[in-house]
Amino acid sequence: MKRVLSGNEAIARGAWEAGVHVAAAYPGTPSTEILEELSRFPHVYAEWSTNEKVALDVAIGAAYAGRRALAAMKHVGLNVAADSFFYASFTGAEAGLVIVSADDPAMHSSQNEQDNRRFAQFARVPCLEPSDSQECKDFVAAAFDLSELFDTPVMLRTTTRTNHSATPVELGERTERAAKREKFPRDPSKYVMIPANARRRHPLVEQRVRDIAAWAEKSPVNRIEWRDRKVGVVTAGVAYQYAREVLPTASVLKLGMVYPLPEQLIRTFAAGVERVVVVEELDPVLEEKLRLLGIPCEGKSIFPLCGELDPTVVRKSAAAAGLPVDKPPVELSELPRPELPARPPVLCAGCPHRGVFQLLSKKKVPVTGDIGCYTLGLLPPLSAIHTCGCMGAGIGVAHGAAKAGIGERMVAVIGDSTFYHAGLSALANVAYNKANVLTVILDNRSTAMTGHQPNPGTGFTLQQQPSEIIELEPLVRALGIHHVATIDAYDVDGLEKAYKELMSHQEPAVLVARRECPLLPEIRRQWVPLHVIEEKCTGCGICFRIGCPAILKSEELDEKSRKPLALIDPDQCTGCEVCLQLCPHDAIPTRDQIRMAEEKQPASCSTPVTGGS
Amino acid sequence: MAGHIPYSFVLVGVGGQGTLLASNILAEVGLAAGFDVKKSEVHGMAQRGGSVASHVRWHPEQVFSPLVGLGEADILLSFEKVEALRFAEFLRHGGTAVVNDMAIVPVTVSSGTAVYPGDEHLAKVFDALDAELVMVPGERLAQEAGNVKAANVVLLGAVSRLLPLPEETWWECLAQRVPKKFLELNRVAFASGRAAVTKAGLKA
Repeated sequence: MKRVLSGNEAIARGAWEAGVHVAAAYPGTPSTEILEELSRFPHVYAEWSTNEKVALDVAIGAAYAGRRALAAMKHVGLNVAADSFFYASFTGAEAGLVIVSADDPAMHSSQNEQDNRRFAQFARVPCLEPSDSQECKDFVAAAFDLSELFDTPVMLRTTTRTNHSATPVELGERTERAAKREKFPRDPSKYVMIPANARRRHPLVEQRVRDIAAWAEKSPVNRIEWRDRKVGVVTAGVAYQYAREVLPTASVLKLGMVYPLPEQLIRTFAAGVERVVVVEELDPVLEEKLRLLGIPCEGKSIFPLCGELDPTVVRKSAAAAGLPVDKPPVELSELPRPELPARPPVLCAGCPHRGVFQLLSKKKVPVTGDIGCYTLGLLPPLSAIHTCGCMGAGIGVAHGAAKAGIGERMVAVIGDSTFYHAGLSALANVAYNKANVLTVILDNRSTAMTGHQPNPGTGFTLQQQPSEIIELEPLVRALGIHHVATIDAYDVDGLEKAYKELMSHQEPAVLVARRECPLLPEIRRQWVPLHVIEEKCTGCGICFRIGCPAILKSEELDEKSRKPLALIDPDQCTGCEVCLQLCPHDAIPTRDQIRMAEEKQPASCSTPVTGGS
Repeated sequence: MAGHIPYSFVLVGVGGQGTLLASNILAEVGLAAGFDVKKSEVHGMAQRGGSVASHVRWHPEQVFSPLVGLGEADILLSFEKVEALRFAEFLRHGGTAVVNDMAIVPVTVSSGTAVYPGDEHLAKVFDALDAELVMVPGERLAQEAGNVKAANVVLLGAVSRLLPLPEETWWECLAQRVPKKFLELNRVAFASGRAAVTKAGLKA
């Protein structure tokens, strides 16, 4: 049976069919759905670990214990997990160990662009790269087999366009695999990486690479498609699809394994064509290998180094290089179009982070940010975030600036999930080395940006098991931080009062601004849209300055000021009441006032329950 | 189905409007009709109220690229008016733009730093592309069917009229995605979208 599956669904399906027992990950676009899918299959333990390094260690532990295991992460997640990635290469495991690295060319939802095929080379870990969902499924199974055949972790490298494209996939059944061990291995020479043991392992790892390269010569994951011999394209991953689309007559060497590479196969292909062209996204990884082999080729001299490829880019580049394209590049004429309003992503209506950013913006303090929805606090009109580097960076950066003797009090903001991920150790550093940093934990009880995954603050796990919430305030106090307050993030005055109190000490301080994300299904049901009383609104514009997408400018103008009145979009407004606390004219009634008014006039019917859309 | 060229669709809108569900259904309809299909979309940050685009391609033999090139879409389905203007380059010469008569005002406009363009620009831009412009009052028709949130089903109904597939194929794929108690509502929404398009089929 064929079904249209995304690359991520196919990876999950493939891992399940291949008999995976344990899977761990930390959510990150474009990898998140792999674990969400996998968690729904029977006979699989799946978890959101607190970060990618922990996730990889969990998978390694399961593989040491003789059960097939998988860890999934976005490209920068592997930066976090790199230490574990390298030791796992040296130790190998007792059962298949697969690491999915989902790269994000074009940075659709990432802080940087990096090519993790480099990590495979760097750590001597073989790397497979699928080019559609069917290959996602097939290559996961191949990766587990390869892992067991050569006693090595295997990387499955994907990119956003394989993770989030959907193509038809032939479904199979699960092959149950008995655990390879009854007891945990006691084999220090293999699993205890003290220098003496690691020194013995390293030559074995290098020999393993040579053995796998020999295997890759004959493996069906790499194949030559002979067509016209004038141009030969060497390619891998989704770039293969663009090459086939744009250069339909060219011969193609399609590499399913991008490390180590099959040298003989590459030489055979290159010898069989007149002009060798490498089509690959991001780094010239394949191109460099061809050059090392002394094969004249073109790659990044034709195609861009930065950003992602697509048919438009590949066709334009290929045509300019005189390659036989399917059709001439499209000539775009200037469209008769006015300047369009930008539509950047924004903090949603009712976002509990808005009140905090409104406050920080007003106080004009330097704010080090972190990774999550709240990074959007950088956007005007709030413009309240001044740095954002990677998960957990903000607290350390604030600490460093404070220790450098900057004359301003530093504020770090971090989300709850990011705090559990990489903020905790940074805050311990602030506490112990005593920096007068105010850390604001934006606790919305969810990992919101990636789609509301549970975390240690939610009280349940990925597979819906109840668990003990790791409460933030006691945790922070246990680090030895004495100035701590937990405030409802919708309480504008409460936030300001706590802020002032915490900032009055020249010592580490923590403000937990707490309120659930209003997009959580159970919170959505409690929305009460607010409205503006036109007679009271003066068009002063204070409510426009909190950047709430539900607050619109009305066509109506104030009689005196001739400025537009405020209008609240009832479809977007959640009723958070932040705007009405800032309104100097009491022009927005509270939820309670609205409820009381409705009780007096129970005329209108409630919104219908929806579905199917 | 006519021709050997693939059918390419670009669906655009604002994060949270339901473009992902519509592109899923479009891909499933293609598969059910016997095509090879590919679909591509972007998750993550853009979903927080930003501009979003999904691509869907059907081909009688094999689809390679999951992405539609500029100037290659047979149909641009826009859930929001300004997004139709923003992504107009994807439409091929002579293609059809199905545009939901809906404005979602970006924060850049409500904060006063940008202007929301008037409707007259839609006609100008798609005229310049020699394209058909079909305006569909998605929210109004969905409301009449019983729920404003079925606007995406209305829009799929409109698209269905432009393609030579039996209505049943569409309906079977839709019905699988819709809770039983909302079947009738969605059937009405789909039919009203279909009826909103007066001229069936696409220009070559």
